[in-house]
Amino acid sequence: MATRQIAADSMLDVERTLWDRIVYAGRFLWRDRSGTVGLVMFLVVVFAAVFAPLIAPYDPLGQDLRAAKMPPAWSAEGSWAHPLGTDNLGRDLFSRLIYGARVSLTVGFVGVLIAAGLGMVFGAIAGYGGGRVDTFIMAVVNLVLSLPYLLFVVVIASMLGRSLINVILIFGITDAPIFARVTRGEVLRMRESGYVESAISAGAGTGRIIFDHIMPNLIGPLLTLATFEMSRMIFYEAGLGFLGLSVPPSVPSWGNMLDAGRKYLTSYPWIALWPGLAIMWTSLGMNLLGDWLRDVLDPRLRRSRK
Amino acid sequence: MQRYFLTRVGQSLLLLIGVLVLVFFLVRITGDPARLMMPREASAAAVEAFREEMGFNRPLLVQFGDYFLGVLQGDFGRSLHFKSPALDLVLQRLPATVHLAATAILFAMLVGVPLGLVGGFNPGSAVDSVGRLLALLGQSIPNFWLGLLLMLLFAVRLGLLPSFGRDEWRSVILPAFVLGLPTMGQLVRLTRSAVLEVRGEDFIRTAHSKGLEPGIIYTKHVLRNVAIPLVSVIGVQFGYMLGGSIIIETVFAWPGIGQLLEQAIGWRDYPLVMAIAVFTSLAVLTINLLTDVAYAVIDPRIRYGH
Amino acid sequence: MSVLEVKDLVTKFYTLDGVVHAVNGVSFDLEEGETLAIVGESGSGKSVTMMSLLGLIPTPPGKIESGEAIFTTPEGSRDLLQMSVHDLRDVRGGQIGFVFQDPISTLNPILTIGEQIAETLTKHLSITREQARQRTIKLLSSVGIPDPELRYKSYPFQFSGGMRQRVVIAIAISCTPKIIIADEPTTALDVTVQAQIVELFRRLREDLGVAVIWITHDLGVVAGLADRVLVMYGGRVAEIAQVDDLYESPQHPYTVGLLGALPRIDARESRRLVSIQGSPPDLLIPLEHCPFAWRCEYAFERCWEEIPPLIPVAVRHQAACFYNLEEGRPRDVQ
Repeated sequence: MATRQIAADSMLDVERTLWDRIVYAGRFLWRDRSGTVGLVMFLVVVFAAVFAPLIAPYDPLGQDLRAAKMPPAWSAEGSWAHPLGTDNLGRDLFSRLIYGARVSLTVGFVGVLIAAGLGMVFGAIAGYGGGRVDTFIMAVVNLVLSLPYLLFVVVIASMLGRSLINVILIFGITDAPIFARVTRGEVLRMRESGYVESAISAGAGTGRIIFDHIMPNLIGPLLTLATFEMSRMIFYEAGLGFLGLSVPPSVPSWGNMLDAGRKYLTSYPWIALWPGLAIMWTSLGMNLLGDWLRDVLDPRLRRSRK
Repeated sequence: MQRYFLTRVGQSLLLLIGVLVLVFFLVRITGDPARLMMPREASAAAVEAFREEMGFNRPLLVQFGDYFLGVLQGDFGRSLHFKSPALDLVLQRLPATVHLAATAILFAMLVGVPLGLVGGFNPGSAVDSVGRLLALLGQSIPNFWLGLLLMLLFAVRLGLLPSFGRDEWRSVILPAFVLGLPTMGQLVRLTRSAVLEVRGEDFIRTAHSKGLEPGIIYTKHVLRNVAIPLVSVIGVQFGYMLGGSIIIETVFAWPGIGQLLEQAIGWRDYPLVMAIAVFTSLAVLTINLLTDVAYAVIDPRIRYGH
Repeated sequence: MSVLEVKDLVTKFYTLDGVVHAVNGVSFDLEEGETLAIVGESGSGKSVTMMSLLGLIPTPPGKIESGEAIFTTPEGSRDLLQMSVHDLRDVRGGQIGFVFQDPISTLNPILTIGEQIAETLTKHLSITREQARQRTIKLLSSVGIPDPELRYKSYPFQFSGGMRQRVVIAIAISCTPKIIIADEPTTALDVTVQAQIVELFRRLREDLGVAVIWITHDLGVVAGLADRVLVMYGGRVAEIAQVDDLYESPQHPYTVGLLGALPRIDARESRRLVSIQGSPPDLLIPLEHCPFAWRCEYAFERCWEEIPPLIPVAVRHQAACFYNLEEGRPRDVQ
C-alpha cells in the first residue's frame, strides 16, 4: 500500500518535474540568453567599426552648413537623408556614430591589450620571483590602485595633449596593475596547488609549464577581467572626450560628440543623445558578456554567484 | 588591533610618499614643466624667466626635497592663476565636494543595499529582477550623459530642479543621483551575492539547527557577515567619488574640487593641479585607512591578524 | 521506550537535472539513551534523513513527501513532520541537538564562541544573559575546554579543529536535549582527535543519558560506540541490527561488503579485504527493484522485480534482502 502510494505520488511528480524543468530551464536560458544578447550587442559595435566606410552614408568629417542642426528623420523637420540628424556643422550624426565606434574600440582593445600584457608580465614576475621583486612590484600596484584613478588619468591626459596614442598609452599603463594583481594571485594559487611542481618534477620545461599549465588557468579570469576593463576604458575615454581631453577635436569619437553636443543641449538635444546611447549600448553589451564569461570561465566565482 | 592599526598607518604613510613622488615626476614627464605651465604663445625669454622663478633649473633631487618638505609643513605650492596658496583654494572647495560625495554614497547605500538584501533573500523574485536590472543599467549608463539628459528634463523642460550650481538644497539632487548611480549598481550586485553566499554557509545551517528565530539569524549571523565586503566597497567608492566627481561637477557646475581641477587644467595652473591631486589622494588614503579600521571592528579575524 | 519513531520517510529534491529520490521510505526507532549509528556511502541519504526530521533541508528544492516522525518526551508525543516551523524551532537545539561534520565552517567566524553557545541557551531556556554566560562557561569546561572563562571571548579561528568540534558539541548539549544527532562528527579531524571526540561522546552519553544518532561512513568508529547500527543504501534502510549481531552475522550483501571493506585484525575467518564493486544507484531514477541488485553477486529474478521490504531475520534484526546468506538460498517471504 505504502509503495503504491509513493508510486502514485511519483506519477504526479512527473508533471511537477516537467513544470519545474520548464521554470528552471527558463531561468537558465534567460541567463544564457543575456550572455548571447551581450555578445550580439558587442558584435554589432565591432561590425560598425570594421565596416564603417561601407556603412556610413557620409564622410564623418564632411560639413554641410546648409543641412546643419537637422533633427532625426522621424521628427517633422527631419529627413531620411540624415537618419539621426546632423550636428552644428551639418555633419551626419549617423556616420559620425559609426566612425566613433572605431575610436572607442581601438582605445578599449589596444588599451586592454597593453594593460593585460604589462600586467601579466609583472604579475608573473612578482608571483614567481617572490621576495623583494614581489614586494616592490606589489607596492607599486597597490599605490596605483589606491589612487583616485579618474583624477590621475585626467591630469596625465591634460599634460600629454590630445592624441589617440596618448589616450591608449594612459589607459594601457594605468590599468596594468589590476591585471598584475589578478595574474599574481592566480600564479600564487597555482604554485600552492602543487600541480605545477608535479609538472616540473615530471620533467616539463619552463616554456611548457607556462603554456600548458599556467596559461589555460589564467585565461578564464583574465578574459573576464579584460571584458570589464575594456568596457570601463570605453566609458572613461568618453568621459575624457567629454572634458575635451581625449582624441583631437577633429576625430569623430563618442566623447568628442558628447562634448560638442552638450553646448547645444537645450536647443538640439539629439546631438548629445546618440553618442551617449552608443556608449550605453556598448557598455551594456560588454557587461552582459563579462557576467556570462565569469559564470562560464571561472568556477570559483560561479560557486558564489549561483 | 593596535598593531594592525599601526601597520596600516605606516602603509598609508608610505603610500603618501609614493603619491608625492608620482605627482612630482608626473608634471615633469613632458620634459619641461616650465613650458607645460606657461601659455603656448609665451616667448622663450618669458619661459626662461618663469623657469628661474620656479626653480625648475635646479637639480631634480633638490627640487623634490624642497617640494617634499614643503608638503610636510602644509605648503602644497602656490596657484599660478590665483597667486595664492593652493591648499587654501582646495580647502575652500572641499565642503562642496564632500557634500556631493556624501549625498551620493548615501543614496547609493540606501537604495543599493536594501535592493541587494531583498534580492539575495528572494532570488528570482520581482524585486530581485528589478534590482538586477537597475544594477546593470547603473553600471552601463554613462552617468555624465545621464546627468545632461536629467538636467534637460528636470531643470530646463520641467523647471523642477536647479540645473547647475549649489545655491539651494535641491541643487544636490541631480548631481548626487547621477554620481551615486554606478556605486548603487555595484552595491546591489555585491550585497546580493554576499547574502546568497553567506546564506549557503554551514554556520547558517548550524544557527537554524540551534532553533534560532529567522530574524535573529538574518541580523546577527547573515547581515554581519554580509557587512564585511560592503564596508570595504563603500569606503573605496567614497574615495573614488571624492576624486572622480570631476566630470559630474563639471556637468552641473558644482563648485567643488573637481570643477576646480577642470578649471586649473584650463589655466595650465599645474601647481594647483598638483595640490588637488595630492590632497585628494591624501583624502582617499585616509578613507581607505578608516575603512580598514571599520573592517577590523566587524571582522575579528583581521583584528587578531589572522 | 522509544524517544523517536520514524516511519516511511520520503524526501525528494526537485533539481534542474530531475527529481533526486534522496530518501525513499526510511523507518527506524530510537530508544531513550540509546546510540544508533547510521552507516552508508555518501549519497545514501543518511544526512538528508536527519535534516528532514527537523526541517533543515533547503526547500525548495527539497521536499518531504510523506512519512511521520513521532518524537516522545515526558510532555507527550508529537509528529515532527507535522509541527509548525515555530514549534519545530523549540525542538531544534532545545530537545534535539546537532553536531555537524566540519567544525571549521559550522561556527560563525565573526562571533565569539561564548556568544554562539549562549544564544542557544537564551533562546530555549528562560534565563538571563548573565546566567547564560555562567552556564556557557560550565558547558565549555564539561566538554574539556581549558580556561573556559578566558575562552568564552575567543573566536572560532583561534581554536584548533578538535577544540571547535568540542564547542559545537557544547552547543548541541547546552539545553540538555533528548537526542543528539551527530553528522560525521569526526570525519574532518585527525585520528587522535577523533578518538578524543568519541571518548567525549561516550562520557556525555553516560552523564546526560542522551540518545545519540551517529551518522558515519566509517564502521570502525561505530563498533565501540553504538548500541545498534542502521545501514542505509540508495535512500533506503538496508539492514538494522544490534551492533554485535551486525558484525557477527550481517544479513544484507551490502553490509557484508561494507564489513569486508573494513580491515579487521581480529578476523576469525579469512575475509577478503574488498571494496564493493560498482557505484551507488543513480537517485534520479525511481527504482522498482532492489537498489543494490546490480552490484550484488547474489541477485536473482525477484531482486529485479520488486523492492525488498525490511524482513525480520532475527531478534531486533531486520534486513531488506530476499536472499538468505547463511542458507545460501532465497528467503521464504510472500
